[in-house]
Formats: sequence, C-alpha cells, structure tokens
Amino acid sequence: MSEEILRVKDLIKFFKTTQGVVRAVDRVSFSIQKGETFGLVGESGSGKSTTAFTIMGVYPPTGGEIFFKGVKLTGGVKSRPLSLKKDMQMVFQDPGSSLNPRHSIGQIIELPLKVHKLYENNRKERVEEILKMVGLPLDFTRRYPRQLGGGEKQLVAISRAIASEPSFIALDEPTSALDVSMQAKIINTLLRIQKELDLSYLFITHNLSLMRNVATRVGIMYLGKLLEVAPTSEFFIKPLHPYTKMLISSIPVITKEEEKLKPERIISRGEIPSPVNVPPGCAFHPRCVECQEMCSKTEPEMIEVEENHYVRCNLYIDQSK
Amino acid sequence: MQERLLEIQGLHLNYKVYEGYLKVLNGVEFNIDKGEKVGLIGESGCGKTTTMRSIMRTLPSNAVITAGKILFKGKDILTASMDEVQSLRRNNISMIFQDPTAALNPVFKIEEIFSDIIRFSVRTSSKKLTKDEIKLKAVEALKAAALPDPERILQNYPIQLSGGMRQRVCIAMALISSNDLLIADEPGTNLDVTIEDQILRLLGNLVNERGTSIILISHALGAVKGLVDRVYVMYAGNMVEVAKTDDLFSDPLHPYTSNLFKTVPKLTGGGIPEAIKGRIPDYFDPPKGCRFCPRCDHAMPICEKETPTFKDMGDKHEVACFLYS
Repeated sequence: MSEEILRVKDLIKFFKTTQGVVRAVDRVSFSIQKGETFGLVGESGSGKSTTAFTIMGVYPPTGGEIFFKGVKLTGGVKSRPLSLKKDMQMVFQDPGSSLNPRHSIGQIIELPLKVHKLYENNRKERVEEILKMVGLPLDFTRRYPRQLGGGEKQLVAISRAIASEPSFIALDEPTSALDVSMQAKIINTLLRIQKELDLSYLFITHNLSLMRNVATRVGIMYLGKLLEVAPTSEFFIKPLHPYTKMLISSIPVITKEEEKLKPERIISRGEIPSPVNVPPGCAFHPRCVECQEMCSKTEPEMIEVEENHYVRCNLYIDQSK
Repeated sequence: MQERLLEIQGLHLNYKVYEGYLKVLNGVEFNIDKGEKVGLIGESGCGKTTTMRSIMRTLPSNAVITAGKILFKGKDILTASMDEVQSLRRNNISMIFQDPTAALNPVFKIEEIFSDIIRFSVRTSSKKLTKDEIKLKAVEALKAAALPDPERILQNYPIQLSGGMRQRVCIAMALISSNDLLIADEPGTNLDVTIEDQILRLLGNLVNERGTSIILISHALGAVKGLVDRVYVMYAGNMVEVAKTDDLFSDPLHPYTSNLFKTVPKLTGGGIPEAIKGRIPDYFDPPKGCRFCPRCDHAMPICEKETPTFKDMGDKHEVACFLYS
C-alpha cells in the first residue's frame, strides 16, 4: 500500500452572498496517494477550483477536515507554518495574471528560494537548474513575463511552483488557456518532472480527453458535490453515474477508435442550476435521463459499488459493497 | 453546381503598430457555397478572427488590407460603400462571438437589446413595426434558439442568465435577420462540454432548417468534426489545407495538419505525443517562403524561398505544400 499524502474528509466551503448561501463545495471526500495524479473534472461553477483553493488555504474551510501527510490542517494560509507552505504549491489557470509583470523571470523563480531560505549561497545556479529542468532557455532569467508566449509563461509558473521543492502541487486548469500543441508540451513536462521529483498532483480540468492521459484516478464534480470517483481506465470503460455518461458522450473526438469508446449517445439537456438554489434531493435530477421519483426527494450517499469505484446515485443504492 | 456565396481571393492584411507592420494575413483563399457548412481551424493568433472580421468590415482602424478581394454573391465587400456594408450586415451576414458575456451590453435588458436589433434590421424598408410586433419577433427568435420561457428572459439583464443561455441569446440575435451566412467565432469555447454540445447541435439544426451557410471557427477540432461538411486549416495567415471533413480527419496531408491532430489528447489514452517544435512565427518578420517551414520536419530548400499555393489532390482535397507538387 502506498503512502497517503492528502486526505480530504467532508470538506465544506460555503460563501455568503446577498442572494443567499453559495454551496461551492459540499461534503467532498477523497484522498491522494504519493506519486499519484488525482484528477478533478467538472463544469465551470462546480467547485473544482474552490476545492483546490480550500485545500491550499486560500479560503478557510467552512467545515470538514484536511489531512496532509497525516497532519490535520486548520484555517487559512496565514495560520499555516512556513514548512507546510513549502511542501504544497499551486499553479494557476492564467499565467498572464499569476506572474508579477514587474519582476524578471529570474526574480520570479528566485522568490520562493528566498522565502524558504533554500540554496542561500548559490540561488542563481539553482534558478538555472530549475529552468533546465522544465526545458526553458537560460537567458530567460533576464526576460519579463510580457516578452513570453502563453505556454512559456505557464512553464515559468511551474518552475516557480517546483522551486521550493514541494511534494504536492495543485494544478488548476494549467493548459485550458493554451493551444493544443502547447498543451502537449506543458503536460509532457509536468509528467516528466512528476517522475523526477516524485510529486503528487491534484489536477483540475474540464477536458476529459486530457484527463484520460494524465490522471491515475478521477473524481467528477457537479454543483459542489463529488458524484463519482474511480480509477481513470475503469472510468471510461464503465461509467456509472448518468452525469458521467452524459459528460463522456458529449466529448468531441476526432478518431474512430475514440468514437467506439464513447457510451451510447445521451443527449445533453437542461442548464446547470445556480449553486445558490441547488435542487433538492440529487442535485443532478432535473437534467438526468434516468431520473426516478425518489431522486427529487432523497439525496444519495457516496457508496462503493466496486473496489475503488465510488458513486453517488440512487440507481446503485442496492449494489453497495 | 452549387451557387458560390462568398469567396476570398488572395487576401493580404497588415496591422500597423508602433514598431512597424505586422504582416498577418498572407494571401488567404477561402470559399463557401450556398447552404454549405464550413469549419475553420487553427491555433490562436493564426488569423482566423481577422479573416472573419474583414468579411464583416469590422476591422480595427490600424488594419490595412494590401491586396485581395472578398466577393459576396459576386460583389466585392472591400470596395463597397458603408451603406452597402450596413445592408449586408442587416440582411445577409451575421456573426456570433466567442464570449457571449462581452457581446451583450450589461446595462440593457435583453428586450432592449433585441428591439434595437429588430428595428435596425427593418430600417430601410418602409414599414414601421409596433412595439407588440417587435416583441413577438423577439419571442419567436428566442424560441427558435430553444430558450425556455422567452417572455421572462426578455425582462432579464444579461448577468441574470447562465453562460449557455447567454450564448443562446446571441444565437437568437444572429437569427433575427434572415441570413445567407452565419459566422460563428468559437461559439462553444467558453462553455462547458455538455453545454457546448447543446449549442453546436442547436446551431446545426437551425442551419439545416433555414438553409443558411455557416462558417464555424474553432480550435476544438472535435467540435468542428461533428457539424461541418468541409474544413479549412489555417496556419500563420495562410490556408494550408482544405478537404471534406472525413477526408481531412482520416487522411491529413499537410505536415502541420497531421502534427496538429497528433497533439490532441485522445480518449484512448496512451499519452500525448511531443508538441510541434518551435512556435508561431513573428509577424514582423515572417519566413519568406512557406510560413510553416521553420517548424516542418519535411522542409526542403524550395520551402524557404517560395510560398506554396493550393494544389488539388482530388475530391476537393486541396493542400498548399511543396511535398505534393
């Protein structure tokens, strides 16, 4: 059994607004093993990013528990010790706004080294080593973010994240703002440094085809709730939740082999409800094709249908292991 | 023989900026027949949107067209007077933009936005519409775009609608004037997969019902595949390949096209192959010959000197590459 690096138990994050309480993350539980990539998929507004932000401490959680390497984390980022911040890093979606435009690339990558007092005598050499590791030319140290393309900026953001030598990185849609050819480069770099540095990833995306190639296990989120968690390969062979089926059958694909993998066409219908007024019962029931009477009343619980394959749906209530 | 609706011939376009001229479009060739569905794919910054904006004559003021023609039903749009262009926008061509949030004015209700468009679309004809007629037209358009409860939506501000609904409102806006040509500039890119799927299906149905021609721009290759008859591939201001959809995806000829297909993550798994080396050329000083030449694995001496032109490989499959000449 491999070592567990992160465990999230019944994580809750609500935001109070004038329109009511936004239930952004509602009792989400999962765990990430060492060296694993856990993928979180969902439509926008489903709470994927909020989950990551809450784990990283950007928002203090409303409820639930987060364990990192067996240690319980409480509160926001301000109350966390420096050693913990060194060990958990994040890469954001838009590299254009997450890099300081007035700092050179060298300064940007050097900052975490200064903060965590690493390589105090040879920081410059360390920065160059990191640039080499992600495959960027060394003369980038004197350039500024605006002089780089989107993909290169994202590689700089990744360099900054690995500079403090973390063991866990949360990747919040690292390639969704980029073209496919650049995306391939970023993903391959990420997978390579994961092996080299023995990193664990929480990988957030809305692109299922990408998830198929990156993640070892996948969780599907909808309106703040996890609907299904399964190993990636299993997930595409045998999706259980009606929402997962709809999601997979909506993916646009380009080859015939992929077409065969898709489940029978399920016509996507309805709109995603607002997270302020989550429908009663199962949150997905107004859009569900297999909706039954009980779905609008009883909220299903997460059950383990097969080994390591969890689903939150009333259809499988009898099949609990 | 199908009737030719729009034809772009050798369009060259530069953007004037402080440092000089950005040579963006480099002889774009494009055509679309009546009732045809055409896709346009390419990386961001390759000139897809610029090409479409030159059709609509909505280019920014620093754009300079140096050569080429855009023929709409045989008439050159580029030399047409502003009145004629307005009439085109009113009756013939309409456009759906990538970001529905930016395309709707946030301070007006949907009803006000719609009545402006409806009044504009009938301005030249002598009849005046009453308020009720305008509202009826708006409701009809919203219904055609599969929006539930149109009366309520008319009273909403854009911010009260979800992303998918906003994009549907934009589609409804584009449908008001009976069109010959609908240009959809990445209509699903900002939406989620299940919603994007709905929007694309809706567009496909509407186009089939009305016999409108559509140009669908996207960098999501799979999205294009499901909807269109023919696909153009664009790279750095040039059309590099055009073919029927199935032919293009099963047998891409241009080295850029085949590389592009390889880098798309597949549902079948098996990792993602290495990206195309290098990056899109600098438009200040683009390569003299084929613009893909510095990134191409099959580059030959001739590629550095001359720009390849479209060559017909049979069955409407045309490719601009010296490998095939």
